[in-house]
Amino acid sequence: MVKKTIKKTKPVVRRVYLDYAAATPVDPKVAKKITGDLPGIFANSMSFHSFGQAARAVLEESRQILAQMIGAQSREIFFTASATESNNLALKGVASANKHKGNHIIISGIEHACVMESAKWLESRGFVVTRLKVDNFGLVDPLDVANAINPSTILVSVMHANNEIGTIEPIEEIGRICHEKNVLFHSDAAQTFGKIPVSVQKLNVDLLTASSQKIYGPKGAAFLYVREGVKIDPIIHGGGQESGLRSGTSNVPAIYGFAQAALEARRLMASESKRLKTMRDRLQAGIMKTIEGSHLNGHPQKRLPNILSVWFEFVEGESMIIQLDLRGIAASTGSACSSAKLTPSHVLMATGVRPQEAHGSLRLSLGRYTKESDIDYVLKALPAIIQRLREISPFKKSEETKS
Amino acid sequence: MKKPNRKLCPAAAGSTYTDKVIQHFQTPHNYGKMENPDGIGKVGNIICGDVMWLYIKVGKNSSKKEIVSDIKFETFGCVAAIATSSAITDMAKGKTLEAAQKIDKAGLVKELGGLPPIKLHCSVLAADALAEAIYDYYQKQKRAIPKELETKHIRISAEKKIIEEKYKDWVDIEEKIQSKRAG
Repeated sequence: MVKKTIKKTKPVVRRVYLDYAAATPVDPKVAKKITGDLPGIFANSMSFHSFGQAARAVLEESRQILAQMIGAQSREIFFTASATESNNLALKGVASANKHKGNHIIISGIEHACVMESAKWLESRGFVVTRLKVDNFGLVDPLDVANAINPSTILVSVMHANNEIGTIEPIEEIGRICHEKNVLFHSDAAQTFGKIPVSVQKLNVDLLTASSQKIYGPKGAAFLYVREGVKIDPIIHGGGQESGLRSGTSNVPAIYGFAQAALEARRLMASESKRLKTMRDRLQAGIMKTIEGSHLNGHPQKRLPNILSVWFEFVEGESMIIQLDLRGIAASTGSACSSAKLTPSHVLMATGVRPQEAHGSLRLSLGRYTKESDIDYVLKALPAIIQRLREISPFKKSEETKS
Repeated sequence: MKKPNRKLCPAAAGSTYTDKVIQHFQTPHNYGKMENPDGIGKVGNIICGDVMWLYIKVGKNSSKKEIVSDIKFETFGCVAAIATSSAITDMAKGKTLEAAQKIDKAGLVKELGGLPPIKLHCSVLAADALAEAIYDYYQKQKRAIPKELETKHIRISAEKKIIEEKYKDWVDIEEKIQSKRAG
């Protein structure tokens, strides 16, 4: 009865996915390969029969492909189920195996939740954690790393590029400092692997995390690179897979898809990063030009080519996301209202964005299937959405939030 | 359970909010500033991400009882904040002041066909804004304030203070960061 009084909204005519930093669709070519080869790789790679050995062969071939991509040796690649698991393993595993050397761990203040929470957990177990400040662009100062390292420091973990704002950290430099001071260095490369060149030698890292589902591979596959000689304990115990570092039956189909997706990502890396950057820059310029009170988050240059993070004055992020969604556009926000914890993004806050500003943040992340016409569509839809929400809002002038 | 309307609400909208919430959010009723209102209720805080301003005009019905003759809102906030603001204006319009005061969180949530648990505080905020607007009217008229309304006002003011305290912390942290950076 209530329904009758409601005016029907026009159905969505177009779908534009701009949340590639959250998840990527599986490349159809990769999906086809996995499903096509599935009957031959279903078995347990630890089994000695020919079924098991066939799966094992694919597992090892995939390991080799991925190792080559980052300039590592096959035996330095350890498969896990997610970047979250890899990061947990890196922090907890290194802390556990090196606690006789010291109890101090350094992370940046803008790490992904899985690093932040792992560090917090270690803190509750007696470890001491330093969280490095970042500047307004989200950059860690390598000198801060040097200053934070003390004789009891066992591990430094700084992400390669931030998932919310796209800022690329000076990993090479931080790694050099860590090695000079004989401290292990881990970097979460979930957002960079397959998008920009990642070489463990060049980056001076001892441990590195990469994930399949951010590079058009299936979910459920990731790896942790562990430089030979680095002491690390397992956090999952069992049948001794992955040289005893990560037990559990290997997810061969997903790992196979991960490796195939990585090959495709490498093939397209140069052209895609150029294409995405051009579109991202056009989107950024269009938003800045047409929407008053819009501000860029992250570093204008030292940034992933596919991520655009902005914040708008007097607009709340969740409202913006749902308005966009109603027009078929998928994006994300660092607003408190959209988070399970009802707190604004720790990344934006660390860059000096105030809570009331973080509420109005919007992340648009582009990817392989983004077209120029998608950018046109967003540039047409977004200004009207912002204007509409501002019409409803009691705040209209810059002065009003400052008091 | 009702199947979400995928055509109308793809992804998040369909699964998180009811159709009624999305309708109010997309085409809110009675929004905008009101010139010369008889009462204003301002609740929420921009730091927390929800601010509601509710304006009322008071008139009389055929039996000479005071009613909410007109009502408008201005809201900064999430989908639930905007939808509850819009819904409460519909519910209050034309009601006697006595009846309007009785609109509460439960009634509002029912009207919207439910809210996600994490968003229930938005319905409290909308009900508070209306109560504050009526309180403001009585106060401006120098009239006796009903006991229930007075109790509500004391609670709302106390909560406002807590939030402002919290905000003070933010300012302090910010100042510390800024001075550290400068130094």
